[in-house]
Amino acid sequence: MSTTARPADALRADDTTRREPASPGLKKVGGVAGWIDDRTGAAKGVGYLMKKVFPDHWSFMLGEIAMYSMIVCMLTGVFLTLWFDPTQGEVVYEGSYVPLQGVEMSRAYASTLDISFDVKGGLLIRQIHHWSALLFIVALSVHMLRVFFTGAFRKPREINWVIGCLLSMLALIEGFAGYSLPDDLLSGTGLRAAQGFMLSAPVIGSYLSYALFGGGFPGEDIIPRLYSLHILLLPGILIALFTAHIVLVAVQKHTQYPGPGRTNDNVVGFPVMPVYAAKAGGFFFIVFGGIALISSLVQINAVWVHGPYMPNATTAGAQPDWYMLFPDGALRLLPGWLEHTTFGFTWAWPVIIGSLLVIPLFYAGMIAYPFIEAWVTGDQREHHLLDRPRNRPVRTGLGVAAFTLWAVLTFASSNDIMAIKFDLSINDITNALRVLTFVGPLIAFWATRRICLSLQRHDRETVLHGRESGMIVRGPDGDFHEVHEPLDPYERWTLVQHEAHEPLQLEADEVDENGVARKGGAKRKLRARLSEFYYGGAVHPVTPAELEAAHHDGHEHEAIESANRADESEVDPVRSVGAERH
Amino acid sequence: MTPLTTTDEGRRLTRIDRRHPAALALLLMLGLILAGTVFAAVAPKTAEASAPAQSADVVEEGRELFVANCATCHGENGLGIKDVGPSLAGVGAASVDFQMETGRMPMAKPGVQAPRVEDVKFSDEQISAIAAYVASLGAGPAIPDEEYTDGSKGDAGKGGEIFRVNCAMCHNSAGAGGALTRGKYAPEVTGVEGKHIYEAMLTGPQSMPVFNDQNLTPEDKRDVIAYIEQQQEAGNPGGNPLGSLGPVPEGLFAWTIGIGLLITAAVWLGKKSA
Ligand code: HEC
Ligand code: HEC
Ligand code: HEM
Repeated sequence: MSTTARPADALRADDTTRREPASPGLKKVGGVAGWIDDRTGAAKGVGYLMKKVFPDHWSFMLGEIAMYSMIVCMLTGVFLTLWFDPTQGEVVYEGSYVPLQGVEMSRAYASTLDISFDVKGGLLIRQIHHWSALLFIVALSVHMLRVFFTGAFRKPREINWVIGCLLSMLALIEGFAGYSLPDDLLSGTGLRAAQGFMLSAPVIGSYLSYALFGGGFPGEDIIPRLYSLHILLLPGILIALFTAHIVLVAVQKHTQYPGPGRTNDNVVGFPVMPVYAAKAGGFFFIVFGGIALISSLVQINAVWVHGPYMPNATTAGAQPDWYMLFPDGALRLLPGWLEHTTFGFTWAWPVIIGSLLVIPLFYAGMIAYPFIEAWVTGDQREHHLLDRPRNRPVRTGLGVAAFTLWAVLTFASSNDIMAIKFDLSINDITNALRVLTFVGPLIAFWATRRICLSLQRHDRETVLHGRESGMIVRGPDGDFHEVHEPLDPYERWTLVQHEAHEPLQLEADEVDENGVARKGGAKRKLRARLSEFYYGGAVHPVTPAELEAAHHDGHEHEAIESANRADESEVDPVRSVGAERH
Repeated sequence: MTPLTTTDEGRRLTRIDRRHPAALALLLMLGLILAGTVFAAVAPKTAEASAPAQSADVVEEGRELFVANCATCHGENGLGIKDVGPSLAGVGAASVDFQMETGRMPMAKPGVQAPRVEDVKFSDEQISAIAAYVASLGAGPAIPDEEYTDGSKGDAGKGGEIFRVNCAMCHNSAGAGGALTRGKYAPEVTGVEGKHIYEAMLTGPQSMPVFNDQNLTPEDKRDVIAYIEQQQEAGNPGGNPLGSLGPVPEGLFAWTIGIGLLITAAVWLGKKSA
């Protein structure tokens, strides 16, 4: 990683000499800062951060939405700890929610009711806590999708991708722990299911369940234990990982979308101080405000409706929060006949696969992807310029396929809700989704790749012949044709700046100088085949020579064969414009 | 079996569960015998109004209405037609009252389940005439006494416990309804009249089990009505309940309007500084 040795740093060399403005107020601040700096030497690091340049694109704010929602969630969580009683001793409810008066319930549930009905502003805070939890994980997922589809995970940012994946997985667990705390019928049903999942683990299952629940289900230990996880351990790890994540972004500098003047070696945008910081600060309040608005208008997790948890009761429409729907969906789709018994051991495969394997497999796939792609494409260079998704048809296709699989499983978990809302048979829905689990991702991959390729061809057309203006003119010979407006060079740059991708070729010398077949031949063949899968039939960007040819041709409206493959001898479009790579 | 009502009992049950399956069975037997004896001693009077002997005219009027409106499916004499409509002998006046007053019967078109129809085509007199006729086909539950269908006299807390143990698995804890197999469903119970809630429990329409007076005493049924009504009265203090269907609509909201709002703000802010 050569973050300090980039030529772009030289461009900002004079920034360091910028002086503090001399307003009296700021001087005072400067005095305090100076005092701290004298003792800690913090100014160097802070100064470095303050001079960071952030490119301006709304999709770069997705991570910020996630960050701010998390902060909102943590702040409101602290408020909830003041009132919440994480114990399972029984009390008789005497609070102000009439339909539950006189009912026996755990202290955890009773205190959640108290927060909702008898603590001033408590219900709003509870709802902000829960909505911000949902939005935190939504924003984080959308942020992840952005990073994936633009290739921002490539070297040198693989570590941050891995950290992001871990953050996301921990957020799911943190959310589930929180969801289980109020001890209402819905969360208890969730815990009951979780306990069933543990039991399905071969050999260790029952020990695991006993250890975690401190005995049989439900016992009196699980809520206090989840509570320490939820308010101490997991938030601690989340904050640590999140800090590492942000520091890495700062150190590695931001990626940027391709465009004129943007190269792999610079960052075009605003410096953190003052523009970006002001915007970011403002944005925090917008996010907080947005969440507060939603929380005051839309009810979430109405625990009083569900009633206290009783092991002998359950409710229709019992689902976990959305981020946990996909393993539940897998569970609903897996057919029961997969279960079998050997030597007196029951292998509950539907449960083992659905509940124990789906989440780890999903995350393992996500964590491994950057390394797999780098290996397959043989691309070991640093990348600071983002890809336009269409220019990576196979990666984009794979991403959409994985997302489709996730979506099918998520919908499968709401099969009962869909059945009543759309007047369908739950059996039909389940069968259709079983088929879609396998067919959906394939179709999604195929269609996405096709769409990307035709968008790329369309880009080529636009570059070569200009944009269709919609204006029809009549030529001197009475013929009609549409006028194509030429692109200006700025727009054109965005369409031609990317690299032409070629599949890796299998090296010719499969035997070494001694005539012995080289080791790892099968691995190399696999790699060549995968590389062909990635880049075979790729549409290449227009080269300057092609552009020249199209223009000198004189008939801009004439159909030029959409060249599928640029002539190898032609100049690399990027290099020809002079941006340097390293 | 007597329905379990308190959390305590539920939890204790699972503990016993861990000891020995036979212990549970034994205990259940004992409990049942005990409950039976006590019940016989202090049996509550049943809620049915002691069906007054309907005059022959009313029964005859009911028969005529029945033949005109119901016989195509239930047969000329109400004994049913195979694969078209079940026999009504012994379903009782309560069943007719429930089915007709909620608009389910006469069934408009064959389907997996007769849906509730708000626009009832028959007058109260006509319905009670048909009910009297069907009741004359065989003994069955009569229309309940108002004393037991008035939710304001019940105990909502107790009713809630009964509801969660016996009804929520089909009707959802909020009473918002739920899906059953093959296109069948348990409908919403919010907004349903007390008398019809009572009759639904008493007659067990379609896939719904019958909760006779041994399962749930008339007082228990009244408590359930009280709970359903009071839960409705309590409303949704948190705002729009999104159909009271729990985490799925909440997640959908977060993925659409929620994140949409925040991204719009991000785009707006991005434009601002350009
Ligand atoms: C189109 C055919 C059809 C017509 C017409 C019809 N029914 Fe039904 N009825 C059914 C079917 C099918 C069922 C059983 C399924 C159900 O309950 O949804 C049923 C069920 C019932 C039941 C419930 C039986 C039980 O086991 O509790 C009653 C009571 C009843 N019908 C009364 C009537 C009356 C009274 C009429 C005339 C006003 C009528 N039906 C007209 C088809 C019909
Ligand atoms: C096995 C599932 C199941 C259980 C348990 C169940 N019900 Fe039902 N319930 C149904 C079905 C199915 C219907 C619709 C029957 C029909 O349309 O013919 C229904 C209908 C009703 C209706 C009529 C609603 C309307 O739209 O008019 C009420 C009221 C009702 N149930 C109350 C209860 C109560 C109270 C309990 C608990 C004591 C209960 N149910 C338990 C399945 C169930
Ligand atoms: C980003 C991290 C967090 C997520 C995703 C999260 C999520 C949740 C969720 C979904 C609930 C259930 C809320 C309900 O509807 O009742 C919950 C409850 C709770 N959370 Fe968090 N939480 C987070 C961080 C925290 C922190 C840092 C604290 C405390 C310091 C905290 C304290 C609590 C408490 C006390 C409850 C129980 C109160 C109640 O149920 O009303 N949370 N959390």
